[in-house]
Amino acid sequence: MSTMTQREGRSRAWRLWLTSGPGLFWIILFLLFPSGIMLGIAFFTNSDFGSPVLPLSLSSFSQVAGFGILGWSGANFTVLARSLLQAGIATTMTILLAYPLVFFIVSRPANMRPVLLLFAIVPSWTNQVVRTYAWMQLLNPFAPVSHLAQWLGFIPPHLGLMPGNFAVFIGLTYNYLPYMVVPLYAAVEKLDWTLVEAGRDLYASGPKLFFNAVFPQTVPGLLSGIILVGIPAFGDYVVPQLLGGDKAMMLGSLIASQFTFSPDWPYGAALTIIMLVFTCVGLIVFRRLTQRLGGGEGAML
Amino acid sequence: MSAAMAAKRGAISLTGITRIFAGTIPAVDHIGLEIHPGEFFTLLGPSGCGKTTLLRMIAGFETPDAGQIVISGREMQGVPAHKRAVNTVFQSYALFPHLNVEQNIGFGLKMQGVKAAARKKRVDAIMELMQIGPFATRAAAQLSGGQRQRVALARALVNEPEVVLLDEPLSALDAKLRAELQIELLRMQKRLGMTFVFVTHDQHEALVMSDRIAVMSKGRIQQVGPVLDVYEKPKNVFVAEFLGLSNIWAFEPVSAHEARTAIGVLNIGETLAGPGMAMIRPEKIWLYSDSAFAAGRPNMFLGKICEAIYMGASTQYRIELHCGEFVTAYDTNNQAAERSWRPGEAVAVELKPENIMLVEA
Repeated sequence: MSTMTQREGRSRAWRLWLTSGPGLFWIILFLLFPSGIMLGIAFFTNSDFGSPVLPLSLSSFSQVAGFGILGWSGANFTVLARSLLQAGIATTMTILLAYPLVFFIVSRPANMRPVLLLFAIVPSWTNQVVRTYAWMQLLNPFAPVSHLAQWLGFIPPHLGLMPGNFAVFIGLTYNYLPYMVVPLYAAVEKLDWTLVEAGRDLYASGPKLFFNAVFPQTVPGLLSGIILVGIPAFGDYVVPQLLGGDKAMMLGSLIASQFTFSPDWPYGAALTIIMLVFTCVGLIVFRRLTQRLGGGEGAML
Repeated sequence: MSAAMAAKRGAISLTGITRIFAGTIPAVDHIGLEIHPGEFFTLLGPSGCGKTTLLRMIAGFETPDAGQIVISGREMQGVPAHKRAVNTVFQSYALFPHLNVEQNIGFGLKMQGVKAAARKKRVDAIMELMQIGPFATRAAAQLSGGQRQRVALARALVNEPEVVLLDEPLSALDAKLRAELQIELLRMQKRLGMTFVFVTHDQHEALVMSDRIAVMSKGRIQQVGPVLDVYEKPKNVFVAEFLGLSNIWAFEPVSAHEARTAIGVLNIGETLAGPGMAMIRPEKIWLYSDSAFAAGRPNMFLGKICEAIYMGASTQYRIELHCGEFVTAYDTNNQAAERSWRPGEAVAVELKPENIMLVEA
């Protein structure tokens, strides 16, 4: 009897390791291990050449908080706030674009939908750098769009729509739109239209009908989309680097530059830790929110 | 509201309603119907007969290609679903999963702009009436089938609509619960006096619940009338067979009350004008042991039991007559053993002339 349960327990443990093992291995090797190294580096001191040396100190964290050789500066907070703001705006914009797009696709005949969805996704199969370069061509001071903006008085003569915050916003929205469209499409495609009819039957119409009978059904997809867009947009490097310029710097490029142009590994590592913390807090808050709204569990990552 | 209008509240008048989906065969074909205020009216028919389409047109989810719908004296052409004083109980119940029971029931009132306090009062009243209170704050997903059905009905009734439309609302429930809810639904309807239009493919359910039934087939109405008429005096073979088992024979008249059929010459109560079809329900056939056979009695035939299906309250017999034709008869099991027959036993059957109905082909 007890040997039976023992053997059963052992085989259950074996199955557990077999199924969760590869995932655990992946997470340990590519997430926990590098993050640990990063955390370690953050406590070293910066050498003249930017590499981490002893003694251990908290100087990189005070650097993150804005204290430098020239005294305190709020630049890092500005960068952090800008990153949050840009990610927020880009996420909002992808939501506003994705809803009409997704409902348009779903309203087409069933055999056309996959093709239309593909049109929305295909651009993301090209390298992000290449596509961002294309936006540089479209928004530079000599591009027709910039001429139009100059003529309309949106920007001073001889300047382009890039570099700047506007170009970063465009770039982020464009880059991450497919990651909003796909989960939202999945939610809208399996929309229960009987509920919409029930809404109409119960005196709802127009925006009231949408927000009471349609929108709640898309919430799981929307939440997935927000995570898929918001988090990478927050830490994006390519877009602010190529379209942003100094005045539109975001956290991603600030970190990158600590490992390239003006090396300071401990400082870069500390910035990365801060970014990870923000991302994790965001995810946890979001998860709580999803649980409270209910039903979103299946759509979570 | 004038007296005439008040009298019409809950009346539905359909004239020439036609709906053609992609293709050429109409799903609903020139249907005309008058549904009276406060009536429990059933649309009965096999799946695909157009009954649900007709219901959806009354609700405003579908637009008829031709014809006129008048509800409570108001022409409904161009009136969208959300402006019709009509509420639907859906087959799948269609409860909002993001709202709890109370919020589901109050949805219609909220959309109409009823203030929270007044809304709560009305929702509480209907919940009390329908004994929903104990699970008022549960989510729709946490309810059993019977509870969902109740909530769906309450959600429609709380709006005090002129007409309640019910699209096979009991079909997902098990037999016992269905029987209970049939009675409950019926009581609720009588108590509130609202017009109920009920769609079902279950003839038994239709018989139990309805004041009047419209039997539909292939987009057309085959017969409309009170339950008793439709069952006892079906207009045609389709209605006779859809509402229950029946014995049907083609006949040629011999005299005004005598007709030649496959089983022999039958005396028929009704006056015969020409050839047609004669129908008798299985429970209207009298069974005797063969010793009781009287040669002089009209419509009495000898035969033998070839199949006996025990159904609890009654037994269904298939009897082969001497002429080789079969008849189906029911006998109640009120006296048990001595009155039930076993396969192979010789019996006499009597088809009383007044129980034989003439039906159209």
